[in-house]
Amino acid sequence: MNQTRRDWLLSDAPQTRRQARMGALYQGWLTFRGNKLAMLGLIVLVLLIGIAILAPWLAPQSPFTQDLAGRLQPPSAEHWLGTDHLGRDILSRLIHGSRITLFIVGTVALIAPVIGLFIGTVAGFAGGWADQVLMRITDIFLAFPKLILALAFVAALGPSIGNAVLALALTAWPPYARLARAETLTIRHADFIAAARLQGAGPLRLLIRHIWPLCISSLIVRVALDMAGIILSAAGLGFLGLGAQPPMPEWGAMISDGRTYILDFWWVAAMPGIAIFIVSMAFNLLGDGLRDVLDPKGSGQ
Amino acid sequence: MLKVENLNVWFGHAPDRVDAVKQASFHVAEGESFGLVGESGSGKSTILRAIAGLIDTWSGRIEVAGRPLNARRRDLAFYKTVQMVFQDPYASLHPRHSVDAVLSETLRLQGMDDIDRRIARLLDDVGLGRGFRFRYPHQLSGGQRQRVAIARALAAEPRLLLLDEPTSALDVSVQAEILNLLSDLRAEHGLTYVMVSHDLAVVGHMCDRLAVMQGGSIVETMNVDALRQGTASQDYTRQLIAASRGYARA
Amino acid sequence: MTLLSVRNLRVTFPTRQGEFQAVRGVSFDLGRERLGVVGESGSGKSMTGRAILGLVRPPGRVFADRLDLDGQSILNLPERRMRKIRGNRISMVMQDPKFSLNPVMTIGDQIVEAYRLHAGGARAAARQKALDMLAAVQIRDPERVMGAYPHEVSGGMGQRIMIAMMLAPDPEILIADEPTSALDVSVRTEVLNIMDRLVRDRGMGLIFISHDLNLVAQFCDRVLIMYAGRIVETLAARDLHSARHPYTQGLLNSLPRLDAPQARLPVLERQESWRDGDTIAESLETEFPGGL
Repeated sequence: MNQTRRDWLLSDAPQTRRQARMGALYQGWLTFRGNKLAMLGLIVLVLLIGIAILAPWLAPQSPFTQDLAGRLQPPSAEHWLGTDHLGRDILSRLIHGSRITLFIVGTVALIAPVIGLFIGTVAGFAGGWADQVLMRITDIFLAFPKLILALAFVAALGPSIGNAVLALALTAWPPYARLARAETLTIRHADFIAAARLQGAGPLRLLIRHIWPLCISSLIVRVALDMAGIILSAAGLGFLGLGAQPPMPEWGAMISDGRTYILDFWWVAAMPGIAIFIVSMAFNLLGDGLRDVLDPKGSGQ
Repeated sequence: MLKVENLNVWFGHAPDRVDAVKQASFHVAEGESFGLVGESGSGKSTILRAIAGLIDTWSGRIEVAGRPLNARRRDLAFYKTVQMVFQDPYASLHPRHSVDAVLSETLRLQGMDDIDRRIARLLDDVGLGRGFRFRYPHQLSGGQRQRVAIARALAAEPRLLLLDEPTSALDVSVQAEILNLLSDLRAEHGLTYVMVSHDLAVVGHMCDRLAVMQGGSIVETMNVDALRQGTASQDYTRQLIAASRGYARA
Repeated sequence: MTLLSVRNLRVTFPTRQGEFQAVRGVSFDLGRERLGVVGESGSGKSMTGRAILGLVRPPGRVFADRLDLDGQSILNLPERRMRKIRGNRISMVMQDPKFSLNPVMTIGDQIVEAYRLHAGGARAAARQKALDMLAAVQIRDPERVMGAYPHEVSGGMGQRIMIAMMLAPDPEILIADEPTSALDVSVRTEVLNIMDRLVRDRGMGLIFISHDLNLVAQFCDRVLIMYAGRIVETLAARDLHSARHPYTQGLLNSLPRLDAPQARLPVLERQESWRDGDTIAESLETEFPGGL
């Protein structure tokens, strides 16, 4: 049974549209599975999502309950990762904070590449003055350090987690636009685009049906690799007090809180730091694995 | 069917303008198979691309089925009359589109109905069979890909097919299959061919008449019997014919 | 004496569907002759050339009962020793010179560097040698070409430069993988003439890998016909048109011919038995042991 399903998926002569699609997905999965580190990254991220969903049930204590008598406790059987300066259980705060981290990452990952894809492919495909205008706008964004620009946005919009995410997304898109434009330029003159044009396909159809599918895969890889940077930027905004507002258990803000006590009570800052490190690393590994699967240059060998 | 008069094609702007085709004129009768031969850079593919509307920097006159073409815009009627098969079947199919996606998109763009039945017929026509319908390009050999490209060109039921070195990327045994397929399709559908090739033997096999190009100009137009007998009027053509007979040790 | 002796050469690549055998037991001897290797894409002809040069990259693996250069085994030598052999004793010319030349170095610098890497010596002497080499491949204005970048020369010129580079260290064997298929017919004859003359004058062994049967029949002395990773037939090049293997015959018949027009081209019907059938061989050994 198992063997026949595998054969069905790997068939070189699929009989239906569904089989062809499933087969392509399965091939990708096999390639991905071959990369042990990428699998590790995927497992960590699946665990993170699980933890975020089940946070209220997993967390041993409330993330907000203060216990000033038990402040700055080292890791112990009662508080696995210790307590912070207000006596809150760090483990519980990390577990609840995973939701915020996922929210930031997810939203930025949805907004920035889409803006980038759109601007980049339109610029690359249209060429001429449209390309000039769009790329100069991109250059202006690229000319500012990302975090400084995000700071300016948040300062203008007011500090909150939503505004921090928006600021990050608005500053993260230019590299995607450049990447999408470069990809578009290489495929714009390909014979298959010429062939579609000869069928009477208009520019919009060429862009959406023919160019986007080839750009999206390299964007996905790039996003996965950038995720770590986005988490760190969000943590940076939180650290500066411009992201999540107290008492929200955002990981960056937690490090910021622990900074004062870092020499005597290292775990307060170190625990969220380790959490950020692990998740960033997992995204990087995942991105590497996705590159094996999706990058058109690497595959087909 | 096709009339080209004083065609000039250029790339780039004034100081570094490159004239790829200079004052080319030829005509192809309905049902005829016409060859364009020459070495790389002679402008033979450029002529095809200008006819197909893939290059818009040209001047002169191109008439298809009695209608003069506009330099920049082509309408759906044009795409229903003229289609093209490209040289490299590895580059002319979208790597993420299955055969089914390629053909059904084409048929829909051409405003056809009854798409399932038409796809099945197209696949049968090019000798692939229905089992190939849901494959992706990477699951096809070079010859099979070229058959899909031919099916795509036939989907619009064109009358004039532009063939840009359709077999030069293929092995000789596959080349024979594709050339036979093209001959059969021409007989079956009454197609007119304009075929670009650097291989005189292929053009000699496929075409009735041919034009020899050098450096962007047409040196000579001749019919295939003259090519076979080697009775060309121009030195350049005679050189080409001699070279194509193979290697003679110096 | 045979320059190169190959017995039961195999090249395998692991794939998801199991082991893929690109070359499945190839045996031949090479003397001071022009040996053609003919086959369609995927027949393993290029991989055979790469295996001899030790250019099969992992995870690909090379096995052989024997792979001897002048009686010494060169099978799976460490990369450092193999690099000495490549270039010094065996050279390779690839299909497209555009991908074999460094685009940001002048041609002169590349030839000089290639020469000094193998022969050492002073720069001035190497430069003189480079000029001689360019003259030997009939480049009319070698001084100018030395200062040019690869994109500034034509395909035929580029291929001649590649040949000049490969011949600079006086190799015993030259492996040419489709050296003329990116060239126009008029240029092709020139390049072949140059290779031919060099092989004859220097007494080199040439392995000429090509898909073009007619060209090989006219240019080479002996031909190996490969199918699905094996040699199915070997014969003297002048006898190619009376080949006995149905695969060779089929390939020859499927070519359109100017002098013999036909309505339809005969199509090659592949047979399963060709994959593992006997090799039709006149002899594995070279007919030209003492040179041409």
